[in-house]
Amino acid sequence: MKEREPKIIAFCCHYCAFTAADLAGTMRQQYPTNIHIVRLPCTGKVHVNMLLQAFVDEADGVMVAGCEIGSCHFLEGNARAVKRVTLAKEKLQEVGINPERLEMYYIPASEGPLFARSAQEFTDKIKQLDGSKEAETDKGEVPDQDTGQGKGKKDKSQCCK
Amino acid sequence: MDKNKTSSNSNLEQVLQSGEFALTGELGPPKSADRNNILEKANYLKGYVDAANITDNQTAIARLSSIASGVICLEQGLEPVVQITTRDRNRLAIQSDVLGAAALGIKNILCLSGDHQSFGNHPAAKNVFDIDSVQLINMLYKMREQQQFECGDMIRNGKKGPVVEPKIFIGAAANPFAEPLDFRVMRLEKKINAGADFIQTQVIYNMERFSRWMEEVRERGLHKKVYILAGVTPLKSAKMAKYMKDNVSGISFTEDIVKRMEEAEDQKAEGRQIALEQIAELKKMEGVHGVHLMAIGGEKSVPGIAEEAGLLPRPDFNKQ
Amino acid sequence: MIVSEQKPFQQIFDFVKDYNNILVMGCGTCMTVCMAGGENEAGVLSKQLKLAARQENRNIEIEELTLTRQCDREFFDEDATEKINRAEMVLSLGCGVGVQYIVELFPDVIVRPGVNTKFFGANISQGLWSERCAGCGECVLDEYEGICPIARCAKSLMNGPCGGSSHGMCEIDPENTECGGQLIYDRFKRLNKLDKLMEYKPAKNWSTARDGGPRRVAREDMMFDEEKENN
Repeated sequence: MKEREPKIIAFCCHYCAFTAADLAGTMRQQYPTNIHIVRLPCTGKVHVNMLLQAFVDEADGVMVAGCEIGSCHFLEGNARAVKRVTLAKEKLQEVGINPERLEMYYIPASEGPLFARSAQEFTDKIKQLDGSKEAETDKGEVPDQDTGQGKGKKDKSQCCK
Repeated sequence: MDKNKTSSNSNLEQVLQSGEFALTGELGPPKSADRNNILEKANYLKGYVDAANITDNQTAIARLSSIASGVICLEQGLEPVVQITTRDRNRLAIQSDVLGAAALGIKNILCLSGDHQSFGNHPAAKNVFDIDSVQLINMLYKMREQQQFECGDMIRNGKKGPVVEPKIFIGAAANPFAEPLDFRVMRLEKKINAGADFIQTQVIYNMERFSRWMEEVRERGLHKKVYILAGVTPLKSAKMAKYMKDNVSGISFTEDIVKRMEEAEDQKAEGRQIALEQIAELKKMEGVHGVHLMAIGGEKSVPGIAEEAGLLPRPDFNKQ
Repeated sequence: MIVSEQKPFQQIFDFVKDYNNILVMGCGTCMTVCMAGGENEAGVLSKQLKLAARQENRNIEIEELTLTRQCDREFFDEDATEKINRAEMVLSLGCGVGVQYIVELFPDVIVRPGVNTKFFGANISQGLWSERCAGCGECVLDEYEGICPIARCAKSLMNGPCGGSSHGMCEIDPENTECGGQLIYDRFKRLNKLDKLMEYKPAKNWSTARDGGPRRVAREDMMFDEEKENN
């Protein structure tokens, strides 16, 4: 069976993570092609509503990638972002989605390889989470290990939009 | 306080008026309808104290009513000081209870705001606090002295009915150890002005602080306006001392008391010894008119302590 | 302002169990400022409901709408009316007033509360609110130099703090709740008016508070003539 590629949204800040992603490309560093990068002026722009919208729009995982702590171009945008990511994780947990599907990363502009590695690791983790869920679904077992409470993500074709 | 005329004819009031150093005890009603529990405790205290203070749903735990317990004590020949808190009842219920208590022969009432319900076994209860303890004192005073309800109506059953007001000896609590410290004597004075006849203080484990408070009391001449009963509770163990020191607001310990308890071989005996020393000191202190001995769960020990403290025999004005 | 807190998600999700067409209504005034039920919270909650329903293979339609105020008729415009009438159930993130007001305006619509309405309070610091007023109907702040004993003392003691005052804090919550009596004392001390604290404060008349029954305020000068007749 061919492995399904998960859909991953990466909210990247313009000054660091996005530049690093660009650099990774220039350096011909391989990273998964299923990552959809959304460029933000700063991760301080991220809010919970936006993160949850990504999941409503059928993302399997969401990365938020900003500058290193202490080197935000807007001083503390990334520090704010991580608080919102933490809250969004709680909100995901409440609805029965594994909060590990959302992660905060700090990637300096010069670290193309770190971006590629983080993207790869995150994709692998999401695949693993999806895999364990499919295994559960195959066995017809509830509750889902993924969430510990939900019944597993439904077939996307039936999703409401 | 008028030394020539009694306001209530209660034994406690007469003991205090006579100038005798008073001794009151504490009786906690049971968490059941067990009448025998009260009889047993009353028998320990009867004849050894001038009156027994009966708690009203102490620490916000539902217990047999203080008035009912008081009546059972009366039947046994032990004079009760019935506590009334403003936590559980509004001005209607309290006045009704005061009339009822007076009709049943109760003559002393101690006015309290009461522990907040969050400390008790019904933290989900709605509290009342229609009035506060100072307003409660004033309400009883007005009932007794002006024969009026809080609303101003006369205490009589219809226009032609006789005026039968509750003749209550009005008690209040004072805490010399709570904060703001500077306000504590002022608050005592407020209670006296509102109509308090006698005061029971918080238990003393810091005699220095208590002495200073008494100094302030004397400076303002308050000891001549009200009878002060100093609170004494024998410590049972060093553990109890530490617990109270760390967890109970409004209680103050001097280090030496905790130390004495910790170092004692027989902690219970040491606690009793400390209490005896305190009583001896309080007897000599100007403006202290008696001791309120709160032996928590230890009513049995009261006669022995009273004996050793030289407070026996007790006068009995009700029999004279 | 009125301060609220969002209800636990599971409780809200239980409300929508039998409905597939929901309008999540935020409120643009107090609930926005206390971050319990403004436009942003309505958005987050809508997304959560969609995701949670999806976990149960349920298809629910959710609309979002945030009015400037849910307690004022003038903000229920045509758009709002249409959306409310279209929904099977309205989840109001307004305070208790908003929920009831929608019911009054739209008697056939099912409305559920999304927040627990807490108190009249102030914003102390970012993310922290604290109660200041109990709405007793007859303000006594003049007598207490601007600190309310009714709202700020756990026992509403009007004649000074009880024995549970310790280090400036109230014994019911020594970590977070200040002793109202201590605050009043400090204030009078600062103003050199401690003698004023000796004044006896008589029992309060609670008939102006909720105890007197549901209250209303009528301003005839502001009413339209036809409303005057109705009132």
